[in-house]
Amino acid sequence: MGMNMLLLESGFTRWAGASWLVIALPLLVAAVLLSAGALSDSWGHWLGVAGIAVPFCYSILLFCLMLSAPEPFTSTLYTWLSLGTVKVGVSLLVDQLSILFLLLVTGVGMLVAVYTVGYLAHDAGRRRCFGYINLFIAAMLLLVLADNYGLLFLGWEGVGLASYLLIGFWQERNAAALAAKKAFLMNRVADLGLLTAIAVLFTQAGTLRFSAVPAALQEAGGPWAGIVGVALLLAACGKSAQVPLQSWLLDAMEGPTPVSALIHAATMVTAGVYLMLRSVPVYELAPTVRVVVVLIGVLTLFLGAWIAMTERNLKRVLAGSTMSQVGYLMLAAGLGPVGAVFAVFHLLTHGVFKADLFLTAGAITEAVGFNELRKLGGLLKLLPWTFAAFTCGYLAIIGVPFLSGFYSKEHIIAAAWADSPLLGVCALLGVGLTACYMTRLLLLLFAGKPRWQDTYDTDSTSDKHDTDDTADTEDTNTAADVEIRRTPASMAFPLVVLSLLALVGGLALNGWLQSWLAPVFSVTAPATNWLHFDWLSYTAIGVMLVGVLVAVVWYRKVTPAWFEEPVPAIASPGLYADIIMERGIVAPSVRLTSGVTWLEQRGLDSDAADADGTDGLWLGLNGVSALVLRLQNGSVRTYALLCSIGVVVVLALMLFWVWM
Amino acid sequence: MSPNAYLIVSAVLFCVGLSGVLLRRNALVVFMSVEVMLNAANLALVTFSKVHSVLDGQVAAFFTMVVAAAEVVVGLAIIITIFRSKASLSLDDARRLRH
Repeated sequence: MGMNMLLLESGFTRWAGASWLVIALPLLVAAVLLSAGALSDSWGHWLGVAGIAVPFCYSILLFCLMLSAPEPFTSTLYTWLSLGTVKVGVSLLVDQLSILFLLLVTGVGMLVAVYTVGYLAHDAGRRRCFGYINLFIAAMLLLVLADNYGLLFLGWEGVGLASYLLIGFWQERNAAALAAKKAFLMNRVADLGLLTAIAVLFTQAGTLRFSAVPAALQEAGGPWAGIVGVALLLAACGKSAQVPLQSWLLDAMEGPTPVSALIHAATMVTAGVYLMLRSVPVYELAPTVRVVVVLIGVLTLFLGAWIAMTERNLKRVLAGSTMSQVGYLMLAAGLGPVGAVFAVFHLLTHGVFKADLFLTAGAITEAVGFNELRKLGGLLKLLPWTFAAFTCGYLAIIGVPFLSGFYSKEHIIAAAWADSPLLGVCALLGVGLTACYMTRLLLLLFAGKPRWQDTYDTDSTSDKHDTDDTADTEDTNTAADVEIRRTPASMAFPLVVLSLLALVGGLALNGWLQSWLAPVFSVTAPATNWLHFDWLSYTAIGVMLVGVLVAVVWYRKVTPAWFEEPVPAIASPGLYADIIMERGIVAPSVRLTSGVTWLEQRGLDSDAADADGTDGLWLGLNGVSALVLRLQNGSVRTYALLCSIGVVVVLALMLFWVWM
Repeated sequence: MSPNAYLIVSAVLFCVGLSGVLLRRNALVVFMSVEVMLNAANLALVTFSKVHSVLDGQVAAFFTMVVAAAEVVVGLAIIITIFRSKASLSLDDARRLRH
C-alpha cells in the first residue's frame, strides 16, 4: 500500500509538472490556425477541437491521480521578473481549486468546440473562430493555473483579448464591432484595478504569490489590505460584469452563441469570481471591503434579474441571467471561506446549466434563424428535443429539488442567512426572481403559437443568418413560414451531455465538494445529506414556486400588442448603465480629447502655421535653431576656438571641484 | 626627481601649439602646431610615467605617436586635395561646410 501511494504520488508530480503543456497546446493550435489561413479551412476545426480535447483528457487524468493523493503541486518553469527582492515566477499551481477550474474550462470548452463545428458549418470564418477559441482556452488555463497575481494578469489579459476578438467575430457588422470595443474598453478599466493591486503588492507586500500575500499584507499593516481588496474588486467587477461595469456583457451577445456559452456564461465571466476566491484571505484582513463585495453581489443579483425580466432578445435575457447568477457567486465569495466553497459549487453548476441554456438558444437560432422573443414562441411542437434540453437547464437554474442549481443555491442562501438574515432574504428573493424570469423565457419560447407569422418588421438583430443584413432580412423575417432547420449531430451531442450534467451535477458534487475544497480555504464547509431539507430549503422552494406562478400569470395576460411596443426606458438597456457611461465617461473623454486637439493645433502645430503665426512649436524651434546656426559658420579656426574654450571651461570646473 | 621643469616645458609647448592652431591661417602650419600640442602631451605623459615609476605613460606616448603618424597621412591627403581644388592653403578659404 505504501509503495502504491508512493507510485501514485510520483505519478501525480510527474503529470502535474507537465501542466504547462495544457497551456502550450491550445496556444500552438491557435497559432497554427491563425497563421495557416485558408490552407487549414478543411481540417482546422477538428484541430481546434483536439486542442481542447487533449487538455481535457489531461485534466481528467490529473484529477484522478489527485483523488488518491490530493496534494497541491507547484511547478516553476522559470523566473519571469526579478525586481529587487520581489521575484515573479512562471509557476503553475495545481491544487484542489485549480483542477476544478481546469475540468470546467476544458470540459465545457470541448463541448462548445464540438458544437461550434456544426453551428458555424456554413460560415467562412469557422477556422478563425476556432483559432480564437483555442487562444481563449490557453489564456484561461494560464489564468487558473497561475500561482501568483502577476502570471494571472497575463492570462487575464489573454482572455480579455480572446473575448474581444470573439465578440467582434462578425466584425463586418457594426453592432458586433462596437460591442467588442465596448467590452475591451470596460475591461481595461478593470485591468487598472488589477494592476493597482499588483503594484501595491509589489511595494508593500514584496510578493505576488497567492500563498504568501495574506501573511505579507498582514505584516505590512495599515490600510494596504483594504486597498488591495478594493483594487481586486474593481478588477473582478469588470471581468465578471458586476454592477458599475456590467453593461458590456449584454452587448457581448453580438458574438457567436457558442462563444457566449463558453466565454460569457460558463468561464470567462467567472474569472473575476476566481480572483475573489484566490483572494479570500486578503478580504479576511479587510472586513469592510468584504462587505462591499457582498453588496455588489446582491446589487448585481437584482439588476441582472431585472434585465433578464425586461429584455426581449433570447440571448440578452440569458446574459442578464448570467449577470444575476454571477452576482450570487460574488455574494458567496464575499461571505468568507465557507461562502467561497459554495461559490465554487454554484460556479461549477452554473457553468454547466448556463452553457446548456446558451447552446439551446443557439440551436433555436440555428433552427429558425433569429432570436427575438417577439417573433419566437410555440417551439414546443417544432423543436421537442431542443425543448427537452432547455427544460433541463431551466429546471436546474430555478433550483428544482435534486437538480444541480438547487444544491448550489441552497448552500449560498444558508451561508448568507448565517451571515445576516437580511442577506439571506436577498438571496431568497433572488431565487424567486430567477424562477420568474426563466419561466417567462420558457413560456415565451415554447408555449402558444409561433409569433413570426404576425410580425412584419424588418429590424433584425438576429444571431447569425444576417451577416449580410440587407439581403437576408427580407426573406427570413418577412416570410410567414419559417423553415425549420434540423439540428446537426455535432450540436445535439453537447446538448445531451450538458443537459444530463445539469440534472445530476449538484447531486454528485454535494458533500464531496465541501471536503475536497477544505484544504484550499482551510475550512470545512457544512455539508448536508442530499435528502436533508430544513426550513430554509422549503422556503426557497416556496419562493421559487411563487416566482414561477407570477411568470405564468404574467404570460396569460400578455397580449400581442406587448411584443410590438418598445422596451420602456427604465428597462433599456440594462437600467441606464449605458446612459451613465455615455454621459459620465464617454462625453467628458471626448471633450478632453477635443480640448487637447485644440491646444495642439493652436499652440503647437497647425497646418496654417506660417499664415497666422500661431504655431508655437514651429516658432520656438525655428528661433532656437536660428541662434544655434550662427555658430556653424564654416571657419575652422572658430571651431578650434570653441573647442579650446570648452576644454578650458571643463578644466576650470574640475579644478574648482577639486579645490572645493 | 622634480617634474616641474618638464611640466612647464610641456605646458609652454602646448600653449605654443594651441596659439598656432588658433592664429595661423596656413593649413600646413596649423597641422604642425597640432603636432606640437600632441608632443607636449607626450612629454607630460612620459614625465608622470617617470615620477610614478610605471610604464603606462610611456605606453600611452607610443600610442599617441602611432596615431599621430596615421593622422598625418590622412591630414596631409586632405590638405593636398583642398590645395588642388582651391589653389590655396589658407584655412579661411575653405569654409564651404557651413549652414
